[in-house]
Amino acid sequence: MKRICLSVAGIVLTFFASFAQTNPKDSAGYKSRKLSFEEANLVTSYYKQDGNNSAVTGGIGTQKLTDISTVIDVKFTRWDKKERKHTYDIEIGFDHYTSASSDNVDPHTVSGASRADSRLFPSLSWSVENQKKGSTIGVGVALSSEFDYQSIGVNAMFAQKTKNRNGEFTAKAQVFLDKLKYILPIELRPTGSGGGGDDEDDYENRSRKSYSGSLSYSHIINKRLQVMFIAEMIKQQGFLGLPFHRVYLNNNAVVVENLPDTRTKIPLGIRASYFLGDKIIVRGFYRYYHDNWGLNAHTINLETPIKINPYFSVIPFYRYYSQTAVDYFAPYKMHTTADQYFTSNYDLSKFNSNFYGAGFKITPLKGVLGIQRISMLEMRYGHYSRTNGLNSDIITLSMKFK
Amino acid sequence: MKKNHQRSTARMIALALFFSAIAFASCTTVKEYQKNKLNDSEMTLSARKIEKTEMSFQSYREGASGANGGKTGGGCGCN
Repeated sequence: MKRICLSVAGIVLTFFASFAQTNPKDSAGYKSRKLSFEEANLVTSYYKQDGNNSAVTGGIGTQKLTDISTVIDVKFTRWDKKERKHTYDIEIGFDHYTSASSDNVDPHTVSGASRADSRLFPSLSWSVENQKKGSTIGVGVALSSEFDYQSIGVNAMFAQKTKNRNGEFTAKAQVFLDKLKYILPIELRPTGSGGGGDDEDDYENRSRKSYSGSLSYSHIINKRLQVMFIAEMIKQQGFLGLPFHRVYLNNNAVVVENLPDTRTKIPLGIRASYFLGDKIIVRGFYRYYHDNWGLNAHTINLETPIKINPYFSVIPFYRYYSQTAVDYFAPYKMHTTADQYFTSNYDLSKFNSNFYGAGFKITPLKGVLGIQRISMLEMRYGHYSRTNGLNSDIITLSMKFK
Repeated sequence: MKKNHQRSTARMIALALFFSAIAFASCTTVKEYQKNKLNDSEMTLSARKIEKTEMSFQSYREGASGANGGKTGGGCGCN
């Protein structure tokens, strides 16, 4: 893992080095036709959770999990002869997690330490902005790879500003093609089958496709307030459960989670940002969500950055979330043999959750710790609690390099 | 139970439309040179980079996703 981390860091630093101070900045009014380094961002986080409703053990058992995640993105820009701005964004993400519940897929092969896995998720995007016309088009590709799951995604977007530049329509489309290994719990594997090893060929594969289209409109209401409306539709097809999620029926039999092979999700969102006085900003988000599995949800998010001075902000936040259960959920030993679809995954049960915390952000003129290239540092902590007993904590660090 | 939920959903949507109508009623054209507050980095309407990993775990631990600028597919989040 260390080697992979160092390799990723090495690649990114090589990018920085190769573009460092080779081209003049746009701030002088000069628009470079050559590719020039715009900015880079590093976001790294540590997440841990615990609860007693693991889907791997049929809705009972530990949900202990830790995850370390790092995402680095580097942005380059250039201007073409028609004065259009081209932006290239290269992103590399890396996750490493340990999960106690994954031990229970096959407890006989694991000695006690929690099962660990890593995920690599690079992506590339390119957009062209015509500032005269107020339009932007963009395309992107994303990959995600871990031991039992591979995903490839493509996306495209188009945005158009209104004549007075106070509003903007955006249309986006995304497709994800996923492949997952059909890893059954040990007691449900056919006798004589493979499935105990770490080789690619040990397991069958299943596929999953996700298509999404979204429309949004943002508008400046006045000098202090702007809002955005977002409507999205997501259609998923294929194997939408997970093969190692056990369900215990009321006759003590154990089976694998079975869910419909299509799901249509409709989230509708509204965002608003308001500058209150000279030091406080209020950022709000509300989302209504509905899908054809019977799940309805509401999300409200409030964040209030407080500018202590021009270079230092404190940012408290609070998020409330509420959902109903999907039609196919029942707890441990509550499903019957008559049920066509069944799951004991508590992520799909009825619950409310609260997520709250605070962070700070520094943007010193001479750079963070006197290092001119690090233009911003932000750190924040959040605590998440679900009414069904799951609790988690996340601490995140973000840095911007210019 | 479902009827209650539908009623509360309708109420929430009506409330959102009401506040949107008030907001749009007070619309004024803001010139570029008047946008210094709107251009503040904290005023962004999209999700910020630091929220990325938070949105990722929430999309795994909750049944709802989308309409927040995050991913709507791809990746497992199985555990």
